[in-house]
Amino acid sequence: MSKKLIELNNISKSYGSNMVLDELNLYIRENEFLTLLGPSGCGKTTTLRIIGGFETPDDGNVLFDGKDITSLPPNKRQLNTVFQKYALFTHMNIEDNIAFGLKIKGKTDKYIKDKIEYALRLVNLEGFAKRMPDSLSGGQQQRVAIARAIVNEPKVLLLDEPLGALDLKLRQDMQYELIRLKEELGITFVYVTHDQEEALTMSDTIVVMNQGYIQQIGSPEDIYNEPENAFVADFIGDSNIIDGIMLQDELVMFLGAKFACVDTGFGTNKPVDVVIRPEDVILTPPERGIINGVVTHLIFKGVHYEMEVKAGGFEWLVHSTTMFPVGAEVGIQVDPFNIQIMNKPASEDEEAVSLEE
Amino acid sequence: MKNKTRLLSGPYLFWAISFIIIPLAMIFSYGLTDRSGAYTLANIASIASAEHSKALWLSLKLSLIATVICLLLGYPLAYILAHMKSRMGMIIFIFILPMWMNFLLRTLAWQTLLEKTGVINTMLTFIGLPTISVINTSKAIVLGMVYNFLPFMVLPLYNSLTKIDDNVINAAYDLGANGFQTFIKIILPLTVPGIISGITMVFVPALTTFVISKLLGGSKILLIGNVIEEQFTQASNWHLGSGLSIVLMAFILVNMLLSAIFDRDGEANVL
Repeated sequence: MSKKLIELNNISKSYGSNMVLDELNLYIRENEFLTLLGPSGCGKTTTLRIIGGFETPDDGNVLFDGKDITSLPPNKRQLNTVFQKYALFTHMNIEDNIAFGLKIKGKTDKYIKDKIEYALRLVNLEGFAKRMPDSLSGGQQQRVAIARAIVNEPKVLLLDEPLGALDLKLRQDMQYELIRLKEELGITFVYVTHDQEEALTMSDTIVVMNQGYIQQIGSPEDIYNEPENAFVADFIGDSNIIDGIMLQDELVMFLGAKFACVDTGFGTNKPVDVVIRPEDVILTPPERGIINGVVTHLIFKGVHYEMEVKAGGFEWLVHSTTMFPVGAEVGIQVDPFNIQIMNKPASEDEEAVSLEE
Repeated sequence: MKNKTRLLSGPYLFWAISFIIIPLAMIFSYGLTDRSGAYTLANIASIASAEHSKALWLSLKLSLIATVICLLLGYPLAYILAHMKSRMGMIIFIFILPMWMNFLLRTLAWQTLLEKTGVINTMLTFIGLPTISVINTSKAIVLGMVYNFLPFMVLPLYNSLTKIDDNVINAAYDLGANGFQTFIKIILPLTVPGIISGITMVFVPALTTFVISKLLGGSKILLIGNVIEEQFTQASNWHLGSGLSIVLMAFILVNMLLSAIFDRDGEANVL
């Protein structure tokens, strides 16, 4: 495992009476593609701005390569940022935009020229050197913003929802571009987004945040398959979250039926949240289901059908390649390993429980 | 529908023809003829006379000085205003409050303040300091111009400063620039349209003023505006007055043209 490059220790930040981050702890490893994921107002952008030096935390410290950089201004930090909405210098052409950081550092003309050429090739914008930012499309401007940041050879590239302003197709293309760039450059990417699909596609590590607390840290697979609480399960992809009671190890009851599962250690007769992904719900003829219900909605989604099934008083969301028409009686089955059991939060507030590492 | 919309422009068209187009045409017809009605360029050429060219030169000099002072005072002020987070509306309100008062009134107030036995000198005498004699000098005229026209400098600057995305400035810091480099390389170039608008909006009225120079400069200091006014009011030589007006108009047009080239974003439109 590579070494820790950035460490955030007990970071707190509030604006007025609004607590944005509360004793956040996080470390970022060298060469990692780490994504801060969460809904707006969860503190992800503030976290990024603290790493970039645009905000100073009220409490706690930031270590970079073991050195405390908490109060170091942005222009003295060995990292560069790709901002939301590009933030290009509109009075300079592309070449001068990219050269800005290098000129400040007093590099030679030859060096700068080579770097511009290299960066433009890297982001597939050869021939755009003399163009003005206004004459470029959103996707092209975003590439320039990336080129402008990476020519400075930062150890870490911070990206603040860089694809937010692009349309869906372009966003998907840029995701592959970013993965390629990350591999070619071999540097650390810290990426902020509210788009779970982006996070799942690109990241080595995802940090799910809500209300200033980290909800879960893990690989995309961990986060998707083993969400630690109902918030994560709900935020990452669609899910059915159902109140249940853990009768004993490997047996849970919900909606009046008993389901076999693989979870242990919750005790007996304990109220829990049960999470089942829509694609893990198996529809069967009524006589083979654990509980039975009626299809109430049906939408064709291309790869699969999306159906809503009313069963046991709950609207199940189901993704299946087998179609059952609206009004059809169906049975529902779930494989034991596809049932995810989670402790219930003790109160509303605890939905944003802080995780101890 | 289209005809109805056109009808709505009627009152303005009437206004524009009666009070802009016709007077303009009259100025040209007076300026290009002599008293007998014969076509002549003598009125325009008279700008070259010692008295007139001196007045024009002084006008250009004083309004240029006033513009530079407005820019030097106005830029920091606009910068502070643009970066103020709370109570912004209130401060802008206080700042533009004097603009709502009559221009003549404000200039007369300065006359009272600066007079030999005026408010400022009375106070200076009271605390035992030597008196100042600013009234009836070029300094007083420049002071009057700066006081009256400073808001016209600040507002376009403020407008162009607030248009800069915070992240653009953050990006400059992020790429290693310090505060001074960010200002010189990013903020200043991005506010050029505002600077040009501000300069135009101060320079043009300052160049053509005759009230400020009359009230604060006494009758000793003649600006080109005073010379033209004299031709109309005292000398009753409308031909010469119009001829000199055409020359002044040419200077203004050049200035406007320059500002139109730089100010493509229309910063001046805020007023």
